[in-house]
Amino acid sequence: MRLAGLGYALALLLTLASWPAEGASPPTDRCAACHLETGDERLAGPAREFAGDIHAAKGLGCIACHGGDARESGLEAMDPAKGYIGKPKRQQILQVCGRCHSDAQFMKRYNPSLRVDQVTEYASSVHGRRLKELGDSKVATCASCHPAHSIRPPSDPKSSVHPLRVADTCGRCHADAKYMAGYKIPTDQLQKYKSSVHSQAMTVKGDLSAPTCNDCHGNHGAVPPGISWVGNVCGQCHTVMAELFKKSVHAKVFVEMGNPGCATCHENHAIKPASDEMLGLGDKAVCAACHGADDKGGKAATEMRARIDALRTAHDKAQAILLKAEHSGMEVSQASFDLNAASGALVKARTAVHAFSVDAVAKEAEPGLAVSGKAFARGVRALEELAFRRKGLVVSVVIILALIVGLVLKIRQVDRRQEGRDG
Amino acid sequence: MATVEKRHGWLWTWLDRRVGLAELEKLARKKEIPVHRHTVWYYLGGMTLFLFMIQVSTGILLLFYYRPSAEEAFESVQFLMAEVEFGWLIRSIHSWAANLMILMLFVHLFSVLLLKAYAPPREITWFSGMGLMGLAMGFGFTGYLLPWNELAYFATKVGTEITGAMPVIGGFLRRLLRGGDEVTGATLTRFYGIHVAVLPALTTGLLGLHLFLVQRHGMSVPPGVAGRGAPRRTMPFLPNFLLRDLVGWLSALAILAALAAYLPAELGRKADPFLPAPAGIKPEWYFMFMFQTLKYLPAYVLGVEGEIVGIVGFGVGGLFLALIPFLDRRTARGEASRLFTWIGVAIILYMVVLTYLGYTASATK
Repeated sequence: MRLAGLGYALALLLTLASWPAEGASPPTDRCAACHLETGDERLAGPAREFAGDIHAAKGLGCIACHGGDARESGLEAMDPAKGYIGKPKRQQILQVCGRCHSDAQFMKRYNPSLRVDQVTEYASSVHGRRLKELGDSKVATCASCHPAHSIRPPSDPKSSVHPLRVADTCGRCHADAKYMAGYKIPTDQLQKYKSSVHSQAMTVKGDLSAPTCNDCHGNHGAVPPGISWVGNVCGQCHTVMAELFKKSVHAKVFVEMGNPGCATCHENHAIKPASDEMLGLGDKAVCAACHGADDKGGKAATEMRARIDALRTAHDKAQAILLKAEHSGMEVSQASFDLNAASGALVKARTAVHAFSVDAVAKEAEPGLAVSGKAFARGVRALEELAFRRKGLVVSVVIILALIVGLVLKIRQVDRRQEGRDG
Repeated sequence: MATVEKRHGWLWTWLDRRVGLAELEKLARKKEIPVHRHTVWYYLGGMTLFLFMIQVSTGILLLFYYRPSAEEAFESVQFLMAEVEFGWLIRSIHSWAANLMILMLFVHLFSVLLLKAYAPPREITWFSGMGLMGLAMGFGFTGYLLPWNELAYFATKVGTEITGAMPVIGGFLRRLLRGGDEVTGATLTRFYGIHVAVLPALTTGLLGLHLFLVQRHGMSVPPGVAGRGAPRRTMPFLPNFLLRDLVGWLSALAILAALAAYLPAELGRKADPFLPAPAGIKPEWYFMFMFQTLKYLPAYVLGVEGEIVGIVGFGVGGLFLALIPFLDRRTARGEASRLFTWIGVAIILYMVVLTYLGYTASATK
């Protein structure tokens, strides 16, 4: 009984010793001190990098992952009896990270808002499944994306998982044709993504909320979106389009044909900015891939395009005349403000295209046409008023000149009379 | 009496009996204008007065529609420009006449300076003229904010900030002008009150004194002309000079009409204190030489902040200009005073060059 109690106490002591304590100072003391002195970059490098790691900042040290005893200065520190595991094997990494990151109670002490389902998510991912089921040692594990010893929070621009760097992090493997050779999947995703409107929004406009790899594929549970639920992925941001598409005739037909929803017309990684040319049966029209001028769908596409073109032309015409009036010094700011409603209608009509119904597009376009018409009329009135002002100016100047001529004649008369009196 | 009635008509006679028009006529007919090669400069005072009267009349018309609050000011001016019949004309003429009036004031002031018309006994005429110049700039500064548009808002913010850099009283003056720590609706209401009540009242008094003194002392003959001893030619103010004045005034009216028709006053965007200041914020052209000088001054001059040095410098410069009748002793004795002629030329050159640089040099320099 006494022996069992002693064993229990020893086990508890060992557990406590190997468990990272909150607020403990980073053990740069003994582990790092020796590793930095070895002169071997393989051993010194990690010790140096760890100074900038989030775990070091939170007070966790080498033993949190590698085990052992940081208080010892010699090889005793790396005694397997003290829990030392050395460099975790690829299959071990998940367990090492998950020991803390899957423990909600423990993680709350450091970051209550951090998720604790990464290990579970990982198990559902293609990476996790291949590791578990096939023992594929090439798949990504935690340290593939979060480099050990230099892990930074995603909000840190230096982090490998900062939104601006996620694509390159994934691309390290997925864009490497040699590395991916055995998987029979394309390796041009990174190149295509970088040409997409999403990448442009993020890198050029600086919009960090624009999607990158993990926004569509998930991060820890990364998988390719299935054909039937591509729309759900895009619909996370493009809500209205996704709703309209779901109710449209194409939703069912695309699944039957094996077409990947939104990606059928917009592509997946190389998503280009949507334009009116995509609609209809013209050279750049995506509808023309399936529809012809004689079928019902082709006719509807042509009609929808005509409605949108009419609204865009009316809006641009009104905007141009209002700008002309404004540049001529006329006050048309209210009409310019009202014309914003036509811009809104144009956006709505373009969105309504995803219902693939002429009526839906017409319903949004009609109010925009009315607003554009009123704004154009206001512009015409402003230019007429401008012409009236200029005519008025000519009349006024003629009257003023006549008065000046009269005055000059009067001055001569007065001067002559004055000279007559003086002389 | 019958002769006078026959000459002027019954109404004149009726009024004369009640208000003494004959005495006023006698006073006006007594005024003689010297005729010489510099006579043209005599028209500038009258031209400035004419433009001021246009300001008063168009200003009163604008009051019928303008609403002095941060919520309504911009919209009321927008309504006036777009919906009110000839509202655009009234506002554009008010805006252009203000600029022309200040230009005329500058030319009038410097012609008086170079022709040494400040010599005794016209010192007080000079002081009152300098005071009127200050009031006109005050009209410009306060009136600029009233449409409550973006440019005006930020220019006022910068302008009042510069006032705040004045030593000792700067902080107090800035709060007094702004009606608080920031430029807000309270500043707008305050500027409106100053623009339509305080400054007109002060101007009326000072302008009355200025005109009275001009009438009392008559037109000054420049020392260069007076010293030649040639027989003096004159012309009566009424009607010879006044008719010529009228020609000038009508010409100014035609120019104002053309400016209003071709370059109507802009309104821009409504002021939004939460937006960043738009690029290239500039004050009105008549403050530009001071604004540009402050930009060229280094951060510190002999351990004192450059901005403070600049503001104190302008204060001292203004005081020097005001006290010229006392400083220029040679002119006071009736002798030629080349030094003050050159000082006048230097001031004009300085203002013209700095104003030019203000509009052409890079905004960051």
